[in-house]
Amino acid sequence: MNNYALSISFIDNKLLLKFSGELSLYSITTLQKQLNTQNILKIKDIQIDLEEVCFIDTATAIFINNLLIKYEKLDIKVSVNLNSKDIKDTLELVKNQKLHSDKLPSPDKESFLYSVGKYIYIYYISLLSFLNFLGNLFTTKIYYLKSIKNIRFKEIAFEINESGVKALPIISLTSFLIGLVVAYQSSYQLKIYGANIFLVDMLGISILRELAPLITAIVIAGRSGSAFTAQIGAMKITEELDAMRTMGFDPYIFLVMPRILALMLVMPILIFVADMMGVLGGMLVASLDLQITPTLFIDRFNEVVAPKHFFIGILKGPFFAFLIATIGIYRGLMVKNDTQSIGFNTTKSVVESIFAVIICDAIFSIVFTNLGI
Amino acid sequence: MDKVIEVKDVKTVFGTRVVHDGLNLCVNRGEIYGLLGPSGCGKTTLLREIVMLQEFHGGSIKILGDELNGISHSKAQKLRREWGVLFQAGALFSSLTIAQNIALPLVEYSDLSQKMINEIVEFKINLVGLKSADANLYPSQISGGMKKKSGLARALAMDPKLLFLDEPTSGLDPISARDFDSLILKLRDLLGLTIVMVSHDLQSIYDTLDRIAIIDNKKIAFEGTLDEVASAKSEFIQTFFSDLK
Repeated sequence: MNNYALSISFIDNKLLLKFSGELSLYSITTLQKQLNTQNILKIKDIQIDLEEVCFIDTATAIFINNLLIKYEKLDIKVSVNLNSKDIKDTLELVKNQKLHSDKLPSPDKESFLYSVGKYIYIYYISLLSFLNFLGNLFTTKIYYLKSIKNIRFKEIAFEINESGVKALPIISLTSFLIGLVVAYQSSYQLKIYGANIFLVDMLGISILRELAPLITAIVIAGRSGSAFTAQIGAMKITEELDAMRTMGFDPYIFLVMPRILALMLVMPILIFVADMMGVLGGMLVASLDLQITPTLFIDRFNEVVAPKHFFIGILKGPFFAFLIATIGIYRGLMVKNDTQSIGFNTTKSVVESIFAVIICDAIFSIVFTNLGI
Repeated sequence: MDKVIEVKDVKTVFGTRVVHDGLNLCVNRGEIYGLLGPSGCGKTTLLREIVMLQEFHGGSIKILGDELNGISHSKAQKLRREWGVLFQAGALFSSLTIAQNIALPLVEYSDLSQKMINEIVEFKINLVGLKSADANLYPSQISGGMKKKSGLARALAMDPKLLFLDEPTSGLDPISARDFDSLILKLRDLLGLTIVMVSHDLQSIYDTLDRIAIIDNKKIAFEGTLDEVASAKSEFIQTFFSDLK
């Protein structure tokens, strides 16, 4: 790649640039440096000699063409010697192309205000499109519930299996560990006051009312929410959604409603399992660490934990499920025709649904407390 | 001849970019109609507007006598059963086998028995030149050409009157492409279909199309038969066709 050379010499006030060898894009920088050392201001006549060049690529052709243009602008007389037809053709090609083509547009510079405005506008638009999605969902729901024939039991059953039954192990394990950890940490504090038995009160209320629903929702958001987004997003990229529409199969009825209904049905059951496993974890710690036997634990549990805590926890299920499923599906529908947007929307789907679940939980907390429940 | 599709003064805008402005065309019953034009002129967009996948911003489109502007849900659903669409990459449902893909419209829209549906599926599979042995493969297991054929079989499942094809021969080898052309001609003769297609394949354009529309500069630059194109005076059309050659 290094078999090229440029010799610069003067022949009575005339600058002779003699190129030789193979000129490729790897040689340009060196040539450029060599030329820059030459002061050309006083020179009125330049001769470029390409007779000993055996090959020239388009990049060097552009380079030489630019040289010619530059010298012409400086009112220097330039002449080019060459004898190979290929080189001449390459130079001609570059020259003609340069005359015809437009300059690449420079990327628009955005002022700070402009980008802030753009950002806000994009958020505003995405809010509108989410409302549009909800509206669509609502009208579909009305249509959907008009006749029992419209309900797609097969798809719902499939989704219940996918996002409910198959999620049981991970939800059981997570909530068991959470129950264990919470019990373990608080037993240490409770022992100081000799208030061992109050562990049951604390565990019962916190797990049934808050922890189990939240843990379940977070696991489901990570597991099923992301799956919904990726599935529907991929279907959008492969035009499967368009195909469905042209065949008259409303994606809302075929894909959206079954997923939402399935998740809303299955979530309370998952929370119930999480309740049991969490309490089991607590019970284990209680009997090992605080010498509260399981019988005593259950007796105490019966006495102090009112059923309302359990029911509030279960009641949160369908609401969380609705949020997770709608956000997951909405994000899937927002996927554009490129693969990057699947990743982007899946991330957003999980983050937004966990955030929405926590906001929803906070609202529940305030409402129920004010209602005195 | 009665008109199956009438497009009048259609305008399409993406953001600030105007794609169509005052576009008119009409497709007669029983003909194979081609939408041609340089890349990015909005052929596929027009096709998507005609099959109600995309909204247009002005003018009107009438299909089989129904105006698409403000069409009711039930009418739109009825219309959707009267046409078949073949997408560029087939757009088969990836969770279903080929046979299930083809059977889907029949399962959803008819009360036929499973046996009858299987027979129809078998007929369609053989009609488009697939082998019955391929019926139980999933879309990920078959080649691009087979995907197109399966997509066509699915589009034909309900015996539509109208068939839309988006670049049916792109990405096929020349032999499969010619097979596809003769298949399309055969189907038109057998089933009396009206076919609208977007194509770049010159051979396929000459072999199959009855009439063509060339879209350029947001409008229809030419509409008519292929013989008329040869005598058309417009410089653009001549260069377009010589470019294709």
